[in-house]
Amino acid sequence: MNDVEIAGVGIHPFGRFEDRTVTDMGVTAVRAALTEAGLADGGFQAAFCATAYGGVASGHKVLSRLGMTGMPIVDVEAGCASGGAALMLAAGSIHAAVYDTVLVFGVEKMPKGMIRSSFFEPWQEDSGLGATPAYFALRAQRLMQDSGVTKDHLAQVVVKNRRHGVHNPNAMFRAEVDAGSVLGSRIVCEPLHLWMLCTPNEGAAAVVLSRAGRDTSDGHRGRVRLRAAVLRSHLPGSVLNESTPMSGLVDEAVPAPTTLAATAAYEEAGIGPDDIDVVECQDTDAARELLSYEELGLCPRGDAATLADSGATALGGRIPVNPSGGLLSKGEPLGASALGQVVTLVQQLLGESGHNQVVGARAALSHTVGRGANASVVVLTR
Amino acid sequence: MVREETASGTGVTGASVPVRKGLFTDGASPRLLGGRCGVCGRHQFPRHDTCPYCAAPGAVEVELSGTGRLWSWTSVTTAPPGYRGEVPYGFGVVELPEGLRVITRLTESDPSRLSAGLTMKLVVVPVRVDEDGRQVVTYAFAPGDPR
Repeated sequence: MNDVEIAGVGIHPFGRFEDRTVTDMGVTAVRAALTEAGLADGGFQAAFCATAYGGVASGHKVLSRLGMTGMPIVDVEAGCASGGAALMLAAGSIHAAVYDTVLVFGVEKMPKGMIRSSFFEPWQEDSGLGATPAYFALRAQRLMQDSGVTKDHLAQVVVKNRRHGVHNPNAMFRAEVDAGSVLGSRIVCEPLHLWMLCTPNEGAAAVVLSRAGRDTSDGHRGRVRLRAAVLRSHLPGSVLNESTPMSGLVDEAVPAPTTLAATAAYEEAGIGPDDIDVVECQDTDAARELLSYEELGLCPRGDAATLADSGATALGGRIPVNPSGGLLSKGEPLGASALGQVVTLVQQLLGESGHNQVVGARAALSHTVGRGANASVVVLTR
Repeated sequence: MVREETASGTGVTGASVPVRKGLFTDGASPRLLGGRCGVCGRHQFPRHDTCPYCAAPGAVEVELSGTGRLWSWTSVTTAPPGYRGEVPYGFGVVELPEGLRVITRLTESDPSRLSAGLTMKLVVVPVRVDEDGRQVVTYAFAPGDPR
């Protein structure tokens, strides 16, 4: 795909905003993206709003504030990958020549603490099986069993991402941490300590897509192309993927949803993992980032610890991962997180990332994965 | 910490109620109630009529093996939403000989006392007392003697 471009991006910082509604945050992000796209008075033909917990008609509520209604407005839920799903639908509609310009935005205002998901049935909650971080921990434990990953590697992912997050004005946590403090934070589910888990929070992000070749005299950002926006779900059998089944098969060969999405995205974009200069990936927990290195093809199976140890995934390294600070620094507003990655990667490709700039970045990859299972992989180039 | 206060086998069955019917049998040798697909032969748990791998209807109810091996484990230290029992409790994946991996509570809540491949035995454990004073029970796996 090479006929869809990013016309504008906008973001509302990720964090806690007691005096702002989810709609308020959406308005801020949408207005910024539309202004940048030269569409401050509207002019998009459809809108997709990503949210997991925003509630009925979240997208309509945002666009009603701006008087920009009448076009189709569709809310999209795909867990942590909701933004990727919305982007896929928008890009597909432009690629199929249904629309020329589409607004995509994501909004979320998560309650504090462990997420209560309607995904779990009452008997599962009653049995203590509705413990979302425990599933992350089971996966982390297997990663440690199957490869050279240790708890120190998990701590080092947090150290790296929090160091990157210091310079991100839109992040929730902007203080550096050391490995000792990470390992000294409370154990939530062994091997995962509190600081190894991202914080569900609040925020919004917006992206305007348009058909490539549109008149750029109004100064919009047509220099970045959306080369792939792929969403995939899980295949049956794996007990550790984000579909959270109560049982699965003794079968190590079931491909992960992230692998399915990445493979399709590389094919659609016509480039491979070696061509990617910068990555924003789903660091829901520290082990999830390391596993993503393997599932995205950034390193061979079992080599995540080696890649991390080499320094390649830190700023200044060969393939920086989460230069924004990742979800571990930003927190995770579910519906907004994937589009927040796209916003930060567009800034990377345009050389606007200041202290966190990956010098000379020309190809970028964003990855989210969550409940469903849903995995999205987005490839951007300039 | 091992909690062996299973409601099963102690004669208080009349005062206990499962978290959901059809998940497991109670008694001295409890079993999980799974399904086996008549077409592809794969097992599932909990049992649904339709096979989650090949979509064939008519999965047959089977009692799954009461022992298996530990494949992954952790401990839950904070009560998750909707859970009214005690913490911490063990949480893990046990592999059964049927080729099935089951997500389950573990009676052992100290992860350092568990390891991959450990023999595990199915037990029934109390999680809370309901509004009628009955013990609500669910399934769990306990480190078992490997006989």
